[in-house]
Amino acid sequence: MTLSLAHFLALAAILFALSVVGIFLNRRNVIVMLMSIELMLLAVNINFIAFSHFLGDAAGQVFVFFIMTVAAAESAIGLAILVVLFRMLDTVDAQELDSLKG
Amino acid sequence: MSALTALFYVFAAMTIFAALRVITARNPVHSALYLVLTFASAAAIWMILKAEFLAIVLVLVYVGAVMVLFLFVVMMLDINMDSGGRGFWRSSVAIFVGIAVALELAAVLFLYFRGASIADAPALPADYNNTKALGALLYTEYVYPFEIAAVILLVAIVSAIALTLRRRKDVRYNDPSEAVRTRAADRLRMVSVPPVVRTAASPGAPEGDAADGEPAK
Amino acid sequence: MKTAYLLAAFAPLVGAIVAGLFGRQVGRAGAHWVTIIGVAISFAASLWTLFDVLTGNTFDGPLYTWAAFDNLSIQVGFLIDPLTATMMCVVTSVSLMVHIYTIGYMADDPGYQRFFSYISLFTFSMMMLVMANNFMQLFFGWEAVGLVSYLLIGFWYTRESAIYANLKAFLVNRVGDFGFVLGIGLVLAYFGSLDYAQVFAEAPKLADRQVNLWGMTQWSLMTVTCICLFIGAMGKSAQFPLHVWLPDSMEGPTPISALIHAATMVTAGIFMVSRMSPLFELSDTALSFVMVIGAITALFMGFLGIVQNDIKRVVAYSTLSQLGYMTVALAASAYSVAIFHLMTHAFFKALLFLGAGSVIIGMHHDQDMRNMGGLRKYMPVTWITFLVGSLALIGTPFFSGFYSKDMIIEAVRYSDIPGARFGYFAVLAGVFVTALYTFRMYFLVFHGQPRWGRVHGHGHDAAGHDDHHHGLGPGDTPHESPRVVTVPLVLLAIASVVSGALWIEPMLFGDFFADSIHVDGRHGAMATLAEHWHGWVALGTHALQTWPFWLALAGVVTAWFLYMVKPGVLAAIASAFGPIYRLLDNKYYLDRINEIVFAGGARLIGRGLWRGGDQTFIDGLIVNGSARLTAWFSGVLRLAQTGHLNTYAITMIIGVALLMLFVILPLL
Repeated sequence: MTLSLAHFLALAAILFALSVVGIFLNRRNVIVMLMSIELMLLAVNINFIAFSHFLGDAAGQVFVFFIMTVAAAESAIGLAILVVLFRMLDTVDAQELDSLKG
Repeated sequence: MSALTALFYVFAAMTIFAALRVITARNPVHSALYLVLTFASAAAIWMILKAEFLAIVLVLVYVGAVMVLFLFVVMMLDINMDSGGRGFWRSSVAIFVGIAVALELAAVLFLYFRGASIADAPALPADYNNTKALGALLYTEYVYPFEIAAVILLVAIVSAIALTLRRRKDVRYNDPSEAVRTRAADRLRMVSVPPVVRTAASPGAPEGDAADGEPAK
Repeated sequence: MKTAYLLAAFAPLVGAIVAGLFGRQVGRAGAHWVTIIGVAISFAASLWTLFDVLTGNTFDGPLYTWAAFDNLSIQVGFLIDPLTATMMCVVTSVSLMVHIYTIGYMADDPGYQRFFSYISLFTFSMMMLVMANNFMQLFFGWEAVGLVSYLLIGFWYTRESAIYANLKAFLVNRVGDFGFVLGIGLVLAYFGSLDYAQVFAEAPKLADRQVNLWGMTQWSLMTVTCICLFIGAMGKSAQFPLHVWLPDSMEGPTPISALIHAATMVTAGIFMVSRMSPLFELSDTALSFVMVIGAITALFMGFLGIVQNDIKRVVAYSTLSQLGYMTVALAASAYSVAIFHLMTHAFFKALLFLGAGSVIIGMHHDQDMRNMGGLRKYMPVTWITFLVGSLALIGTPFFSGFYSKDMIIEAVRYSDIPGARFGYFAVLAGVFVTALYTFRMYFLVFHGQPRWGRVHGHGHDAAGHDDHHHGLGPGDTPHESPRVVTVPLVLLAIASVVSGALWIEPMLFGDFFADSIHVDGRHGAMATLAEHWHGWVALGTHALQTWPFWLALAGVVTAWFLYMVKPGVLAAIASAFGPIYRLLDNKYYLDRINEIVFAGGARLIGRGLWRGGDQTFIDGLIVNGSARLTAWFSGVLRLAQTGHLNTYAITMIIGVALLMLFVILPLL
């Protein structure tokens, strides 16, 4: 069949679903959770690019530009937090982080 | 099936496979490497969509910077494989939710987006330069968000440093502002000490400390 | 609107305000002068009004509109007719006597100016009551006299018994006032106006109207209204069972016992029923009710007078009994007789109270009759005037009381409403009882051997007077009171003798009351009395052939025998009739019933509401309960705060998935 918008959107949907499953599965490892977040952002970016191409509007690509910027910043800060956390708790297990328990 | 379509399928399959391995790899280093592969495949797909600038940026920024950072951190933190490893497959809930999300997205997809084929995409002029077009848009209409994005990156740098900064505990240094703010009264105190009068007929007077009276401390 | 009316009503008010608010500035003499002048002006104006009315000038008009609604206009207005003029004269004359008397009686009391202010204020209130031309002003005067009575009974407010008594008076009056307000409400609802003239004009049209009380049987409107109004009179005029406040009101100084609780305030109820004669005449049931209540009061209060040891209490119970007589006369449709007795009673009862006060002064404020005796040698003027008052009270021929009381007895005899037989028996028996307690009091106080100076146990009647219980020592002699005390006594004695013979004919059988009192043709007692009327001399000489004279004589002789000749018999009688004596001593246990049932019941309900309603329900359930509920709920919510990153992430994802579901499902 001819390549259509649906293909790209389906790909993005599958990536998104995979990242969701990744968060569920990797509760003991904060690093892999952060990676799943990156996957989510990638899926969204693919959507944007696809739509931008099919609508002929470059605004979508501009948006992806900014998303990537923010994603990079967020990864940096997230990893910095992770490092500090590891120094304190000597583990990256998310189950150990329960000081906010109400 | 045209070449474009075949290419698409190949890269898409790679992306999905790599993503799957990211979330199921036992070793976090493997996860990171598979994520690199995912990004690379995604970049190829973006090329298919004629967004070459962003595809290159994806590789440069994400793979080159972000994933390198990930790998640095993973290697730096001496993660205990046993405890830091993957958890059990809480299969039912995870798979169920994942499938639910996928189905929902698919539903939206197939309701509204069936028709558009790639041939329907608006035609681009022959000398279309993606980078130039993006630049023109970025520095005119979206220049304000562009500056804001720069600030966001600055904030990220500063916060990453501020969070992880450790001070050496054994370093002594001079704080100039404190030095300027000292007052004479903090450093010097005048104390009045009455002189001690030694009486002649005092046989029991102690010897050594007769000359100086006890300073009033 | 004549100036005399305004002077009569408002001169005492001016005196009251000056003495009350500026008492310190005007001083004691200034206070009594300004109030006496005020009341004297009022008295002169009342006399002038009386003469004016006798020439036929009546007046019914507004002075000032206080409030006006859609179809109701509440005004301050005067209705000046013979009935009003009579009451005005009685009130102001007795008030003037009491004002003058007070100069002597309260001479060394620190609250001198306050007292004068109160009694002038009372005079004003009573004038507003009797001069009213609408129910609202009547009610204002009614409540105002109740208020001033409260203030005066508790005049010595540091005494606990006085506070107990004034509160009791006010509360019991309140019960009566409740009925009164219901009656006024009924009048307003069914007659459409509060104005006397309009109400009386409407009355015949509503004579057969029925009302439905509490969804049950039908009642005649006139009966219900009249009974409700009479309940107010029961409270104010101390009829059984709302009489319990009057003996306790003796806690107040003697002048007010004379003014308020003998001559004026307690007669407000009698006056009101007479004024409402057009309404009462339309309901035989109400009249029977009035008859029975009055008869019970007349007889049974007299019994209580026999066992009292406090001189003021005897006169108080005598007042209660005589009020019963007046009520019985009202029920026999002999309204003019009731007003006539009201007038004569005002004079001789005020005389007896003031005389008792004079005795109390002489005894250095000891009120126990067991400590008196033989005072006639030391206080001659008091003795003579007191004797005159006593003779008038028991109905000695040719004295004023004789004419009024005999007319009552005759009127009841000729009345034929249900209950009249019992009423006749009661008033007749009451004559004997009246004579007995009156002359018991007379003999104990003025005759026999002096008994002061001996140590006596305090009877429960005298228990409340400890502050003033100086009493006389063994060697002291009482002396006659100053002229400011004795001159009013003499004046009142004169009135007690002549007022009966002088005014019986015009008031009862003449045209004196004209249109102010309305007697229905069916109630023929007055008409029958008129047939038998042959003049005051004839009535006096005829008395020897009637029951009341011999009963009164028997009472006097019995008293003389028991207290002068053979006092030892008393103890034997007391032990033989032990239970009856105890019953009388405890005032038929009515006070105990009130204490236990009403006061105790109210406290019980209050406590129940406090514990159950306030503490358990409002505090425990609602206030604390809502707090506990909130705490419990937040404890449940807290479980969502696990602190685990994963839980939050998963929750978010599931939430997003659900949201997407809700959006997409309708589209499918």
